[in-house]
Amino acid sequence: MAEGHSPLAQFEIKKLVDINIAGVDASFTNSSLFMVLTVATVTLFLVGGMRRSALVPGRWQSMVELSYGFIANMIRDTVGSEGRPYFPFIFTIFMFVLVGNMWGMMPYSFTFTSHIAVTFAMAFFIFIGVTLIAIAKHKLHFLSFFMPPGVPIIMAPLLVPIEIISYLSRPISLSVRLFANMLAGHTLLKVFAGFIISLGIAAGWLPFVFVVALTGLEFVIAFLQAFVFTILTCLYLNDALHLH
Amino acid sequence: MDAFGRRCAAPEDADMTPDQDGPSGPPEDLSAFGQKLANARKQEESRRLWRKDTNRPPQSALGLAFRVAVELVSAVAVGLAIGWGIDAWLDTKPWAMVVFIVLGGAAGVMNVYRMAAGMSGGIGYTRENQTPEATSADTAREEGKDGG
Repeated sequence: MAEGHSPLAQFEIKKLVDINIAGVDASFTNSSLFMVLTVATVTLFLVGGMRRSALVPGRWQSMVELSYGFIANMIRDTVGSEGRPYFPFIFTIFMFVLVGNMWGMMPYSFTFTSHIAVTFAMAFFIFIGVTLIAIAKHKLHFLSFFMPPGVPIIMAPLLVPIEIISYLSRPISLSVRLFANMLAGHTLLKVFAGFIISLGIAAGWLPFVFVVALTGLEFVIAFLQAFVFTILTCLYLNDALHLH
Repeated sequence: MDAFGRRCAAPEDADMTPDQDGPSGPPEDLSAFGQKLANARKQEESRRLWRKDTNRPPQSALGLAFRVAVELVSAVAVGLAIGWGIDAWLDTKPWAMVVFIVLGGAAGVMNVYRMAAGMSGGIGYTRENQTPEATSADTAREEGKDGG
């Protein structure tokens, strides 16, 4: 196989515009490009759909209202009415991840959610934000988070470190889940696509069938992982607001 | 949009219409309509609550296995990092790391247990059948069960 056609070549970061701010490499890369495209798409979708905001929505407006209602219902079901102020943040996360995943499904595009740097940055700030909300709301009572209710006090020296580790592992499992799913899926697609060429006319149709099926599956995963990322954010927020 | 459960009272809706339609709209019809609307909303509400049980994302066996692996490994990784950090700080090379890897493994198993028990994952996750509006009695019962 020729260079540049390795299954992992699609994840390479390429600098498009070199930007250097005080020795810090802040170049505009293909990853940044697709983030900008994602934000532009979401903005276009939402603003364009609500342009006329008719009482009886058209197709476009229904799609916008559907996505709004989807997240609003999710927050209501998982967090309750206290979660209402955080709707814009959670909706932004959902749309950003979802549309980013969908952009990644375009041939020749770049999937920025397949990079741990991106997903971990998001998960880390969610984690910090949620922790700050919990501390602001519950003050020192927040520390009861690390002591499950109904546990004898003798167990505390063992349980508290375990609970703290469990709590700290949240941003990691949150980010790894999204990144690994996208990375594995896109690599698999590329590997099977490579088989089509190398097997040629004779047996190439077999991996071709697989690629078609996998592409469908990838669309499902792209949506599902955005959903999982968002619902976990909601669950963390729920914990922060209600503790145990 | 009442997606957050802000239900507009049906009589208010009914009051709105006569202003536009003039006196022609018979009030009996409107209150009947309000009643119907309230019923429909109640139905929708109960349907939503029923759906709540299946609100989790559909998980294939592979997806579940993957989640378990991620929960386990991430907790061990955090334990490792904490142990390594303490070692570097207090100069107690391998001991803190040994202790914290074991603790991390325990935390990972606990994460997986919580996930499997329907509490969906890490520390203090909400119980699946416990709505945020659950009464304190419910919470106390849940917590009692948890301690056992």
